[in-house]
Amino acid sequence: MTVSPKTIAPDTLIGKRIVKMDAPEKIEGKTRYIHDINLSGQLHAKILRSGRVHALIKSIDVSAARALPGVHAVITAFDVPDMRPIGVAKDHMPLKGERVRSERDEIAAVAAESVEIAEQALKLIKVVYQDLPVLADARDSQKSGAPAIHADKPDNVAMRFDYSHGDVAQGEAESDVVLEDTFELHYVTHCCMGVSGMIAEFDASGNLLMYSNTQVPFLHKREFADYLRMDPSRVRIIQPPIGGGFGSKLDIYPFEVICVYLARLTRRPVKLVFTREEEFLASPTRQPVLLTLRSGCKKDGTLTFRQVHTLHDNGAYTSWGATTPFVMMQTFSSLYRVPHCDYHTVAVYTNNPYAGSFRGYGNLQATFAIEQQMDMLAEAIGMDQFEFRMKNAQDAGEVTGQGMHFKSCGFKQCLSTAAEHSHFQRQLEQNRNNQKAPGSIKRGIGMASTLHVGGGAKIHPSDGCGTILKLDDFAQLTLITGASEIGQGSETVLAQLVCEELGLPISRVTVVNNDTAITPWDVGVHASRTTFIAGNSAIGAARKAKAKILAAAAAKLECDADELDMRGGYVIRAASGEALIDLPRLLRQLHFSDKAELVMTTFYYEPPSVHQDKGFKGDVSAAYTWATQVVEVEVDTDTGIVKMSRVTAAHDVGRVLNRLGIEGQIEGGVVMGQGYALTENLMVENGVMRNPNFRDYKLVTAPEIPEIDIHFIESMDGEGPQGAKGVGEAPAICIAAATANAIYNATGVRIHGLPFTPERVYRALHGQGEQPSWERT
Amino acid sequence: MSQKHEIDFTLNGIKNSARVGLGMSALTMLRDVIGLTGTKYGCGEGECGACTILVDGVSQNACLMFALDCQGRSLTTVEGLAAQPTGAALRAALVECGAVQCGFCTPGMVVQATHLLATRPDADEEAIQRAIEGNICRCTGYKKIVEAIASVSQTSTQE
Repeated sequence: MTVSPKTIAPDTLIGKRIVKMDAPEKIEGKTRYIHDINLSGQLHAKILRSGRVHALIKSIDVSAARALPGVHAVITAFDVPDMRPIGVAKDHMPLKGERVRSERDEIAAVAAESVEIAEQALKLIKVVYQDLPVLADARDSQKSGAPAIHADKPDNVAMRFDYSHGDVAQGEAESDVVLEDTFELHYVTHCCMGVSGMIAEFDASGNLLMYSNTQVPFLHKREFADYLRMDPSRVRIIQPPIGGGFGSKLDIYPFEVICVYLARLTRRPVKLVFTREEEFLASPTRQPVLLTLRSGCKKDGTLTFRQVHTLHDNGAYTSWGATTPFVMMQTFSSLYRVPHCDYHTVAVYTNNPYAGSFRGYGNLQATFAIEQQMDMLAEAIGMDQFEFRMKNAQDAGEVTGQGMHFKSCGFKQCLSTAAEHSHFQRQLEQNRNNQKAPGSIKRGIGMASTLHVGGGAKIHPSDGCGTILKLDDFAQLTLITGASEIGQGSETVLAQLVCEELGLPISRVTVVNNDTAITPWDVGVHASRTTFIAGNSAIGAARKAKAKILAAAAAKLECDADELDMRGGYVIRAASGEALIDLPRLLRQLHFSDKAELVMTTFYYEPPSVHQDKGFKGDVSAAYTWATQVVEVEVDTDTGIVKMSRVTAAHDVGRVLNRLGIEGQIEGGVVMGQGYALTENLMVENGVMRNPNFRDYKLVTAPEIPEIDIHFIESMDGEGPQGAKGVGEAPAICIAAATANAIYNATGVRIHGLPFTPERVYRALHGQGEQPSWERT
Repeated sequence: MSQKHEIDFTLNGIKNSARVGLGMSALTMLRDVIGLTGTKYGCGEGECGACTILVDGVSQNACLMFALDCQGRSLTTVEGLAAQPTGAALRAALVECGAVQCGFCTPGMVVQATHLLATRPDADEEAIQRAIEGNICRCTGYKKIVEAIASVSQTSTQE
C-alpha cells in the first residue's frame, strides 16, 4: 500500500490553557449535585439540635413527632444501642443522650415523606435541659474550677504537640535582638456554596450505598464499615459533583452517621441536606489560635531561634483542627533557616464550635505570626525587610532541622520576583515617608511568604493513589482514578497528563473518579496532593499503556519500539514524526486478533516520603511548595476601612501544567485569604454563634477583589509529574500576614489580631486598643 | 397540610402550571415541584445569588419570591438560556476563561450576567463587578468570571 506519508509535528499540552472538562455541564445547570439527586422511595431527614451550649438532657419526648402522619422514623441516642463515638479522637457521639456540649449538638432526627413534614416533626419533640456552666474562652479551660467538657479529660486538653530542634537557650544567648509577640487568630468557616448533604441507602442484601460529598472516600468507607461493624466490601461511596470542599469534608460527621441510621431503620433511601444556617452551625471551622512567638536574630540579620506557644480552641469535640500544629510547626521550623526551634501547642476543649481542617491547615495562623515578626525583627536591626528574608530563606538541597529535604526550592526567586514586580522596596519607603503627610488615605505594602507541602503528606499508612487506564477499540481513553474532584480541576489536569504521554487530545478522555466500587484506592483530596500524587499515578498507568502499544506496533512494523512514539492519535516514527499506524486500528487489531488483548493498565504511585518520627522529624512530603505574596492596601484612617488594591503573587509551583487551572487556584486562594484578612469573622459569644448567615458573615464579593498579578517560578521538581508541585492551599496562606505588614507600612500601627475590620483598625489607629476577640465584657 | 393552589406561568418559553403551597418559594417550586434543578439553593435568604432566575426578564432571587407570585409571569431559568445567543456566548466565554470551578454558583452567575447584558450590552468590568455583587463565589476569586462576561459584552467586541 502506498500513501503519501503523513507527518505529525511535536506538540505539548503542558503549560497550555486547558479548559475544565466539566465546565459546560455546570454552566448549563445540568450537573447533578447531591441536592439535585432524588431516589425513588426516598425519605427526607432533619436533625434537631440542642440550641443549648452546655446542658444536661433531663428528658426527650418524641411521641408526638412519631405520631405525625408522614413520619417514618424518629431517633434519639436511646434508639441506637450500637452507637459509639466518632471523629479524630473518638470523643463525639452522633446523637447526644445525656449531655450537650455545644449549640450544634444533635438530639434527635426524623425521616419523613417530605422535608416539610420532617421539619414539622422536629417542632413536636420536647426536650428538657438543665443548663451547666459554660466554658467559652480557651484560656479559662486550664484554670482550676473550669468545667470539664469531657469527664475523661479533666484537664480539658484534647491534644498536645511538642517539637524542638537545637537549643533555644543557646540561640537566645547568641541573639542581638529578641522579640516576643502574641497574636490572636479568629474563627472562620469554609462557606462552601453547596451545603452539606448525603443520601444513604441499604440494598436488599444489606449493602450500604452512600451518595456523599466526602473528600476521603476510601478512608470514609473503611471508617463507616468499622463503625457499623460491617465488612468494608459492603460499603460503597458514590461522590456526586461537590459544591466546594476546601478541607471541610475530611472527617466523619454526626449527620452522616444519623442519615445511615435512619436508612437502616426505615429500609428506605434517606436524604439529609443542611440549611445554610445549619451549615454555619454544624460544619467545622478554621481553628482559632492564641499564639505567642518569641524569636531572635543577630545584627547581621541571621535568625537565631524561635520559640512558640499556641493555645488552640478545639471546641467541644475533636476533629482535624486539633492536628493542625503538625503543619504549623513545619512553618516555624523550616520556612526560614532557624537553627534552634521550640514549639508547643495545646488544643483545649470548650463549649464552642469544633475546629476542622481548612485549606492551609494551620499555616495561615503560623504565617500570620512569623511574617509579621520577620518585619519587626528587620526593623529592630535596621535591615531591609526583603534583604532580611533573602538572608534567611531556604535554598534547594537544604535539609531543615525538622528533616524536611527541599529537593526543589524556588523560595528566593519567589521573594525577588514578587518584590520586583510590586516595586516593593521603593513603595515601602514612599509609604513610610507618607505616614505623617496630610490626608486620610494611606497606602501600604507588605510581604509574606509560605512553605507548604507540595508532594502529599505521609500521615496515613499510604499517601498513594491508584489509576486504571482503559483504551477502547476507538482509542477512547477512560481514566479511572482514585483522586476526588472538588472543583479544583483534578479531572482535567489528570486527563492532560495522560494525553501528554499518549499523544491524544483531551476530547478523547472520559474520567471516572467518584465511585469506590470502581476506582482504585486514594487517600483523599487534601494536603495539596492530587496533581502530584494522582498525577504521577496517572502518568505511570499511561506509560505502561504506551509501552504495550508501542511493543505491539513494533512487532507489526518489525522495528524496535524505541524508534516509535505516539502523537496525534497515531503511532509515529519518533525521528521523523511520520504517522505509521492509526491508533484505533492498532487497538482493534490487538483486540480481535488471536492475541485477544485489551489495553488496560493499572498503576499505584506511592511518594518517596516518610512518616515523621515521634519527635515530628522526617521528610513528610515528596516536595515542598513556596510562594511570596505582596499585598498593597489603602487604609482610610478616618474610618478604619482597608481596601486591598493589588496582590503580586509569585509561586514556586514546580512547573505549570494547566495554566488556566493554576491561575484559578491562585486567584481563588488569594480572595479566600482576603476574606480571612479583612471581612470574615464567625462571631461566637459565650458559645453561641451570632452570625450563621451570609448577611452577617461577610464574604468577599466581586467589586472588592484586588488586582492580582501572578508569576510562576518553575523549579522543575524531580519527583513531580512533569516537574509540578501541589498548589491548592498555598495561595490562601500568606495574604493575611502580608496585609498586616501593609497596614503597618501605611500607618505605623501593628495589629496582632484578625480580621482587619474597620472597627478593629479604627480602634488600633485611634488608641482605643485592639478589639478583643475572645474576651467580651 | 397547607392549602395548595394551581398557578399558570411560562417557563423557559413553554406554558406551564404547578400546584404550590402558600408559603412555598419559587425556588422550591422549580426544584422540587417541577424538577428543574439547575437553579441552586445557596442560602435561602437572598444573599448569595445561587438561585437567580429571570422573572419577566428581570433577575430575581427565586428563594425570596413566593411561588404563588409566579402566576401569569414569564420565568427563565439557567436551563432556558442555553439555546439563546447570549447564553451560548456566555457559556463559551465562561469555559474559555476558566470561570468555573465547583460550579455551584455558576447557574446564578449565568442568569445574572444574561440580565446585565440584556440591559447593558456594553457593560464594562466595573459594571460587571457591580452586577454580580450579589452572587457569591467561593472558588474562583471572581476575576475569571468578570473577564468572561466582559468578553461577551459589546465593549470588548467593539475593540
